[in-house]
Amino acid sequence: MAERMGFFTDTSICIGCKACEVACKEWNQLPDDGFVFEATSYDNTGTLGASTWRHVAFIEQSRPVAAGGDDGVDRWLMSSDVCKHCTHAACLDVCPTGALFRTEFDTVVVQSDVCNGCGYCVPACPYGVIDRREDDGRAWKCTMCYDRQLGGLEPACAKACPTDSIQFGPLDELRARAEERVTRLRADGNTEARLYGESPDDGVGGAGAFFLLLDEPEVYGLPPDPVVTTRDLPAMWRWAGAAALSAVGAVALAFLGTGERR
Amino acid sequence: MAECHPVGFQWVVEAKARGARVFHVDPRFTRTSALADRYLPIRAGSDIVLLGALINHVLANELDFREYVLAYTNAATLVSEDFRDTEDLDGLFSGWDPETGTYDPRSWAYEPVGEQPSAEQAEGGRRDAEAAGADTYGAGGPAAHPSPRTDPTLTHPRCVYQILKRHFARYTPELVEQLCGIPRDGFAELAEAVTANSGRERTTAWVYSVGWTQHTVGAQYIRTASILQLLLGNMGRPGGGILALRGHASIQGSTDIPTLFNILPGYLDMPNAHRHGGLDHYLELEGGTTGFWGNRRAYLVSLLKAWWGEAATEANDFCFGHLPRITGDHGHYTTVMGQIDGTVKGYFVVGENPAVGSSGGRAQRLGLANLDWLVVRDLTLVETATFWLDGPELETGETRTEDIGTEVFFLPAASHVEKEGTFTNTQRLLQWREKALDPVGDRRSELWFYYHLGKLIRQRLTDDEIDRPVRELTWDYPEHGVHREPSAAAVLREINGVGPDGRALSTSTQLRADGSTTCGCWIYCGVYADEVNQAARRRPGREQSAVAPEWGWAWPANKRILYNRASADPEGRPWSERKAYVWWDAERGEWTGHDVPDCEIGKPPGYVPPEGAFAQASLAGTDPFIMQSDGKGWLYVPTGLVDGPLPTHYEPHESPVGNPLYSQQANPARHTYHRPESPYNAPGGRFPYVLTTYRLTEHHTAGAMSRPLAYLAELQPELFCEVSPRLAEELGLVNGGWATIVTSRAVVEARVLVTGRVRPLRVGGRVVHQVGLPYHWGWGGGGLVTGDVANDLMPLVLDPNVYIQESKAMTCDVLPGRRPRGPAVLDLLERYRDG
Repeated sequence: MAERMGFFTDTSICIGCKACEVACKEWNQLPDDGFVFEATSYDNTGTLGASTWRHVAFIEQSRPVAAGGDDGVDRWLMSSDVCKHCTHAACLDVCPTGALFRTEFDTVVVQSDVCNGCGYCVPACPYGVIDRREDDGRAWKCTMCYDRQLGGLEPACAKACPTDSIQFGPLDELRARAEERVTRLRADGNTEARLYGESPDDGVGGAGAFFLLLDEPEVYGLPPDPVVTTRDLPAMWRWAGAAALSAVGAVALAFLGTGERR
Repeated sequence: MAECHPVGFQWVVEAKARGARVFHVDPRFTRTSALADRYLPIRAGSDIVLLGALINHVLANELDFREYVLAYTNAATLVSEDFRDTEDLDGLFSGWDPETGTYDPRSWAYEPVGEQPSAEQAEGGRRDAEAAGADTYGAGGPAAHPSPRTDPTLTHPRCVYQILKRHFARYTPELVEQLCGIPRDGFAELAEAVTANSGRERTTAWVYSVGWTQHTVGAQYIRTASILQLLLGNMGRPGGGILALRGHASIQGSTDIPTLFNILPGYLDMPNAHRHGGLDHYLELEGGTTGFWGNRRAYLVSLLKAWWGEAATEANDFCFGHLPRITGDHGHYTTVMGQIDGTVKGYFVVGENPAVGSSGGRAQRLGLANLDWLVVRDLTLVETATFWLDGPELETGETRTEDIGTEVFFLPAASHVEKEGTFTNTQRLLQWREKALDPVGDRRSELWFYYHLGKLIRQRLTDDEIDRPVRELTWDYPEHGVHREPSAAAVLREINGVGPDGRALSTSTQLRADGSTTCGCWIYCGVYADEVNQAARRRPGREQSAVAPEWGWAWPANKRILYNRASADPEGRPWSERKAYVWWDAERGEWTGHDVPDCEIGKPPGYVPPEGAFAQASLAGTDPFIMQSDGKGWLYVPTGLVDGPLPTHYEPHESPVGNPLYSQQANPARHTYHRPESPYNAPGGRFPYVLTTYRLTEHHTAGAMSRPLAYLAELQPELFCEVSPRLAEELGLVNGGWATIVTSRAVVEARVLVTGRVRPLRVGGRVVHQVGLPYHWGWGGGGLVTGDVANDLMPLVLDPNVYIQESKAMTCDVLPGRRPRGPAVLDLLERYRDG
């Protein structure tokens, strides 16, 4: 396997231009999400989904401003969300057809020609990323531009990002760079600055796409402590196995008992 | 900048990473504010107060870069005894003529020494007011005396420095708080940062866009910033300057080689039918003989030779008489009035969409409806081409399709990937781009269109004298491809110009007035030096210096920072090691450095011009502003502006706030059109809110290039207005609901976005609400998303220097809910107009 590749999304320099959303859709030929004014700051695509593989969240934060005593927004957080390409990817674990697979870049990709639309992967994702398309029923999500990577190109979103808020590269390098960046931000007074998804010790074994956030993950709509939903599967299988065995035993006993009565 | 120029904003992000502090001043908290170190909210239309207060802060505390100011600006120059300031005349400068509504600028002049220009020669004033004359000084000032009287101690009461001090004395932090709505601590922080980051070791840059220009005092906004930057020594130096971000690709190019009525390529004045006789007479009246503009004859003759070739000879004034001439104001809005009045019969609209994209859309459409013929060239069937079928006036019953006689020709245009050529960006950088594919179907490039149209016209010419100018034009570019596309490289080479040997010239100093050289635009001379398309250079940044001289080509002469002589001290030494850029190498006897020096390379800093010297020879070795007739940066403008030698605060034409400085409320010289098609809002309570318009990252201008694209349309699908929570509460506006915005021009409905990013401001002791409206929607244009036309709300009132409309600050009313439909719209408007 080649080096593990990843995304580092530094939200502290995201300008909310949505070039990542557009570049992603252009490259991957995704359908639009419809034309609905959501009245949610500048976000009209809502969330990651089958046809939105990069999504920019806009969070307006206010504190009372002296003049007139009105609230004025004094911080506007923007963050481009994407599939986390988990080390322990539940979507991949639960896929019965093998449509989801781990690539040579250690990313997680759905093969649309293999997916049978069973949808098991959808509730399996702890981030709510993977999603089925209503018209064909199949599951879709970010491929980290697997095709571009095979051609030696960086993913479309990272290529289009004007401020390098989205960085693509070997995950180890990105983690080191992110560490430096968050240290500097904290030193400059951004005490809330933190990395999200960079740790191999977290509930998904570390994300291949991790983030630098300026506030709590919940503020951005990210789960604070994501856990791979298949983590307990082995234990569950053990319990299920034991339960099955007991059931078999009980049935056998029942038959035995019946026999005795006869 | 992050909103409208996200790609350029990467350099602000990079500057921040290197320690730069970023301030953002805007009526709304935008995506730029989100990344700024400090955001200052401001009432739209009050920027001269803020900038003026910074100037006052610098002067009152003597924080100016004195050595720079003394050597490189006109601070020490004495002004005429006849000059009276707005502080003396309650908001008017001396020379105001209430009858014509124009200034006679003679009293603004420097104190007279020696021979004075004739009344006919004197520049500025009414003549400029009549035909946007001030606009023609774009690449340098008009002529002023090259060696006026000065007081280097800066104490003479009539020296520019003292005049400035008095003029701006009332621009205090208190006034900023009162008029702009910027709290005093915010202003103090800005003033401290700007002054602490200026001087020998550091520089400060200002970046603006149409938020500064689209006002009735727009040119004076930029002048205020110029004064501040000159006082702080931030011009002609790395990291300094005033950066104008343009609204479209190559808008800079379209002023250099203009699509404007009043200038010829390279900022040469368009001849005027009433003012100019032959070539000699024109040159006698336009511009002085000192500074680089002293070479005007060589620039113009070379242009005429490029256009008329062999036919242009000394004996026939090099065909000067073939040039078209203006007779007055032929600007956009006056042309529209001519359409309504029936004096303008035909109209070419190319890559514009005035039915949606220009101010006062209703007047625009009424003009279009009264034409004989209309040619529209665009990527999609824009509203300007379909107004007769589906325009808003049909809905209200004002016009009927069967009554519109305009014959409309729609010609599809090639997109930027379907044609070759250059873009000129705001930094004067020409970048060549290749064609990626041939245009599909009937689409053609602009170059193809005009070239082949010209060929067709020439086929129909007669031997009549009236056809001679077009008959004698050089019109013979090589053609290639299935569509017989003319060679854009050949056009660029013609613009560059050739010498007597037929070889491409290297620089404009080679141009001659005797007809031996040709040049289609003197400032672009050198873009084809050595017969190489210099604009096509693409050497990566990592392979060259930080100045990156081998990426594209910048006019003039590939200089990346204009007037960079000012980056060295009067003796020619860098002001500091940190800010070293170009300097005098005494050993080699020439200027050298990181960039091409913007001065004569062999002129020593100690050079003193002899009496009566001509052109660049008249400039001292210490004069960095080489296009000015005196080589100085003008803190005070003795001639060339039509609304005053100094910027002064006037309220927008429509404002809910009184001008506390003078009884003169708005710019007295502004251009107004008192027309029933586009009336002004009455002052007073009927229109209580400030309305401002802007663009969003997701769309481009009136939307013709973005609304038809699903991936952009879904990101901002509907016209919305941004209002503060407090205004929403006052008016009963609901987030996600509807609001109706009313001016006396139009009624527009928009979805409501309630946001704390728009703050009510305390101005003049009361709360002023601002309403923000992006203007990307129209009823058609092939859009997947459509909406009402925000520009219909705008008043037609112009900056008098450059004729740009005031679309960044006006008044409006807001009602909850959707607007009426059909003729009921007119009833509502009637009620607002007549109260």
